Amino acid sequence: MKVLVPVKRVIDYNVKARVKADGSGVDLANVKMSMNPFDEIAVEEAIRLKEKGVADEVVVVSVGVKQAAETLRTALAMGADRAILVVAADDVHQDIEPLAVAKILKAVVDQEQPRLVIAGKQAIDNDMNATGQMLAALLGWGQAAFASKVEIDGDSAKVTREVDGGLQTISVALPAIVTADLRLNEPRYASLPNIMKAKKKPLEERTAADYGVDVAPRLEVVSTREPEGRQAGIKVGSVDELVGKLKEAGVI
Amino acid sequence: MAVLLLGEVNHGTLNRDATAKAVHALAPLGDVTVLCAGAHARDAAADAATIAGVARVLVAEDARYGHRLAEPTAALIVSLAGDYDHIAAPSTTDAKNVMPRVAALLDAMVIPDVSRIVDAQTFERPVYAGNAIQTVRSRDAKKVMTIRTASFDAAGAGGSAPVSDATLADDPGLSSWVGDEVAASDRPELTSAGRVVSGGRGVGSKEQFAIIEALADKLGAAVGASRAAVDSGYAPNDWQVGQTGKVVAPELYVAVGISGAIQHLAGMKDSKVIVAINKDEEAPIFQIADYGLVGDLFTTVPELTGKL
Repeated sequence: MKVLVPVKRVIDYNVKARVKADGSGVDLANVKMSMNPFDEIAVEEAIRLKEKGVADEVVVVSVGVKQAAETLRTALAMGADRAILVVAADDVHQDIEPLAVAKILKAVVDQEQPRLVIAGKQAIDNDMNATGQMLAALLGWGQAAFASKVEIDGDSAKVTREVDGGLQTISVALPAIVTADLRLNEPRYASLPNIMKAKKKPLEERTAADYGVDVAPRLEVVSTREPEGRQAGIKVGSVDELVGKLKEAGVI
Repeated sequence: MAVLLLGEVNHGTLNRDATAKAVHALAPLGDVTVLCAGAHARDAAADAATIAGVARVLVAEDARYGHRLAEPTAALIVSLAGDYDHIAAPSTTDAKNVMPRVAALLDAMVIPDVSRIVDAQTFERPVYAGNAIQTVRSRDAKKVMTIRTASFDAAGAGGSAPVSDATLADDPGLSSWVGDEVAASDRPELTSAGRVVSGGRGVGSKEQFAIIEALADKLGAAVGASRAAVDSGYAPNDWQVGQTGKVVAPELYVAVGISGAIQHLAGMKDSKVIVAINKDEEAPIFQIADYGLVGDLFTTVPELTGKL
C-alpha cells in the first residue's frame, strides 16, 4: 500500500508571528521556518505503517515555495521514501489556500494512486483546518479527520477521532483521507546518518501549472492587524486577597 | 440574502449555546434557516425554532445522519445549498470536519473561525494562533464558513419559527460509525461554561489533575487544559484550550500551572476575568492575567478551593 503525506512549510512553532507595520500580512522574512507540527505527526504515522509492513511506500508532497524542498528533506530524513515538490508561489508571504492545495493534491493522487493519504489536521500559520477534508471531497473519498489512532484492516481503516466530549471511532473505506491530531503519535527526530541519506532520496520538482490548477486566492486578504491587547492586572499576595478581589469583581 | 446554518445536534440534543451564538452572528446577513440533522433531530429542531431571529428550521431525521459522519452530512448540505448565499456552522469539531468538505464540493474556499462579520463578503478571522487578525473578502458565489462562537453573544429566546422536513440526500456510504467513548460528566460544557479552570504542565500528572477538578467543581466550572498538559497525558484532548483546541471566553478563567504560551492564549484571552496561579513569577500568563498569584499550586489551589 502506498501512503501519500502532504506537508507544509510554516513559521516555526516557537516563533511569535509579527504583523507587518503596513498591515499587509505577517512578516516571514528571515523567520525560522519548519515543518507544520501536525504534518510531522502525519509523516510519523505513515512511516510507522511502513515499519509494521502495512505500507510499502511513503511519498511526501509539498505545495508552496521552492524552499519547501527543505521541509521535504526533513520528511525524507524521518523515513519517507521519495518526495514531490509542487512550486506554486515565489514569495514566502504568498499562502496557497487549502482549496488550491487540495486541487493540486488531487492531481498528484490521480497520478500516484495511493490507498491512503495522511495529512496534518491544521497548519499553524493560516489555522484553516481544511485541506484534508477538501481533498477528500474532490476525490469523492471518505474522510477520518482529527485521528488519534489508525488501524488498517483490509479494505478499510478503523480510525479513532478526537471530537467534542470525547472520542469517536469510525470505519472508513479505502482509499481514504486521514488527518492527524496531536495524540496520534510522537514524531521521531531524524538522525544525522538519516539526514545524510535523505539528500540522496528522489525529490521531483513540478509546478502548479503542470497540473493546470489556478492558485489565485478566493479569499482576498484585505488587511492584517494585531489583536486587541490585554493589560496585565495586579499580583495578589495571598489566597485570601485573591478571593477578595474576585468577590469585588463579582465573578464569584 | 439567505443563510443556511447547520445546527449543532449531538445525540438528539441541540447545542443551543453554540447554535444561538451563530444565529446572532449571522442575523445581519439575512434570513437564517437552521438545519437540524440527526437520527433523532425533531426535538433539537423544535428547540432551534425558539431561538430569536431564526426564520425557519429544516429537520433531516434519519439514521444516516446519526453520528454526524462528514460525507452524508456534507451531501445533505450541498443538496440544500442552492437556496442560500451563506452556509455556516458554529466552529465545533463536527463542523470543522464537515464544512471544508461542503465548501470543496461547491468549489468555494471555506472561511474558518469567523470572529467578525464586516459585510456579506468580508469577514475577520484569527490566524497564527491569534497573533494576527486577518480581514478577508470572499470572491466565491457562496460563502461557506464556520463561526467562532466565543466572539459572539447568543441570540435570545422567544422565537417560534416554522419547522419543516428537508429532502434527504443520498448517503455516499464511505464511512460508518463504530463507537463513541464519551466521558460522562456533570460539569458544564467547556466552550459555553461561565467559568473555566485549566491546568498546565505544572500540575505534573494525571492524578494531580484532581486538584484542578476539585477547584472547578467548587466553582461549578468546566475543566480545561493546556496543550502541554494534553501532550503529557495529564488530560484528555477535548479539554484542550488554545490554537489547536477549543476557544473559550468565560466570565472567569483560572489558569493553574500554565506558563502562557501564545498557542494557549489564543484560546482564552477573550475571557472577562483571568486568574493565573503559577510558581514562576516571570511566566507570560501574568502579562494578561487580571489577578496573578505567585505560589505553589499544590498548596494555593487546595487553599482556594477550601475558601470558596
